[in-house]
Formats: sequence, C-alpha cells, structure tokens
Amino acid sequence: MARAATTTDAFNAVAELRRRQILDLLAQGERPVGDFVDLLGLAQPQVSKHLRVLREVDLVRVREVGRQRVYRLNPGPLKPLYEWLATYERRWNERFDSMDDVLDDLKAKETD
Amino acid sequence: MTTTTRGTAKVTLPTDLQILITREFNAPKALVWRAYTEPELVKRWWGAGMGEMQSAEIDLRVGGTWRYVQVIPGGAEVAFHGVYREIEAPDRLVNTEVFEGLPDPDAHTGLITVTLAETGGRTLLEMRCEYGDQETRDAIIASGMEVGLQRSLDSLESVAVEL
Repeated sequence: MARAATTTDAFNAVAELRRRQILDLLAQGERPVGDFVDLLGLAQPQVSKHLRVLREVDLVRVREVGRQRVYRLNPGPLKPLYEWLATYERRWNERFDSMDDVLDDLKAKETD
Repeated sequence: MTTTTRGTAKVTLPTDLQILITREFNAPKALVWRAYTEPELVKRWWGAGMGEMQSAEIDLRVGGTWRYVQVIPGGAEVAFHGVYREIEAPDRLVNTEVFEGLPDPDAHTGLITVTLAETGGRTLLEMRCEYGDQETRDAIIASGMEVGLQRSLDSLESVAVEL
C-alpha cells in the first residue's frame, strides 16, 4: 500500500507545471535553489514550496555543498508514470500494426 | 518499396487535457481513410491484441453515430460510442468519444480530431483527443492499462493451468 501511495503522490507532484519545469532543469544536472528563482522567475518561498513537495515524493534529493543546498533529480518514482503512458502507446501500436495489414490488403486489391 | 512502420505510434500529452497520437502509414490517405471509417475494415484492427470485435457500427455523416464493441479476454465487453461532428474525406474527421466503461460515461465525452496528411504515398495520421478535465483524460489512458493487466493475468492463468 505504501508503494501505491508514493506512486500516486509522484503523479500529483508532476501534475503541476512549475514542478515539471523544476524537474526539467534538474534533468540537466544539480542546481542550487537560486537557479530556480532566476530561471523560472519565481519568488524563493514558492520555489522552496515546490522543492519540498518534490522531496516528499522522493523525486528530488538534496545535499549540502559548503553553505549551499544543492538539488538533484531522482527519476525512479516517475517510472510508473512512464509505464502508464507506454502501456497506452503499446495498445495503439497493436491497433495500427493491424491497420498496416488492412492497408496492405487494400493496396494489393487496387493493383489487381 | 516497403518501409516498415510497425511499432512507430507515438503518444504524447501536449496539455493536461489532451492526448496526441501520431503514426505514419505506408499507404495513400484515401486508403487510410477507408481503413479508419469502413466498419468491416475497422473490425480488423480496432480490437488488436485486446480480444474480438463484436461490432463496429458507423453512420458516417455529420450528426451520425458510431459504436465499437469488443470482448476482451475474460469475457468483459469494452465499448466506445460517439457522434460525428465534421467529415472532410479523406483529410479530417472530428467526432465525440464516450468510453462506456467509465462511471457516468456521457459526462466524460472526449473530442477526437483525426487529420491525414499524405507525402509521397505515405500518410501521417494525427489523432488529437481532448477531454473536459484531466481526470477523464487520465482515466482513458489508464483504461488501456487495466485491459493490458487483465490480459497479462489471463495469459498467466493459461500458463498456470498448463502446469
């Protein structure tokens, strides 16, 4: 049950645009909190709030570098989200692969 | 010349309310249009990998209805229906879509816009699905997962029975 709850929370966490933008920036590498303030044009308290949500679902981890806190991406909890969409994509692939067969038949009839 | 197109469908989520599916076919758009809109042809691909198609009813005129029913492994019926809104053969089709498996299905109607663009005998199909709220969109995506899971469980069962 704990695992399902984590998954749901990660889904909720990335449902918010600003948090997705933060994750996009972290996908490029570690960043101090000030980077998000500068790059996203957000106030520090808002950035801190979003980072806290992301840390709670373990999408983001933090370490101290001197006096700075540096954040990094931990993509693991996103895996179920990716699989969720991949399953839907697979279904359409099965459909359209079958449609290829239908189209091959139609083409063959046209050339008859 | 045959260039394989198998497994090349791409699904993206351009906004919180949309699903975008794209796929190229090695056929002119007139044939893709037929495969997409003629009941006997739809029956051959819509149910792929998910069980038999029980019926595909298509009344292809503005205001006309469609309904697809398939029987998934395990015996459950999965049905979709909707109404055609815009028909510009063989370029563009707009219709509503209701997944009958959702609670209060008509309250979760999606709008599906399919466009076909042909280049050099190949056709790019773009299907944009838009829902009234994110919850509905996510339920539509998840519906495929449940069916897929059911199918995996069924094949597991058939393996288990053989042991």
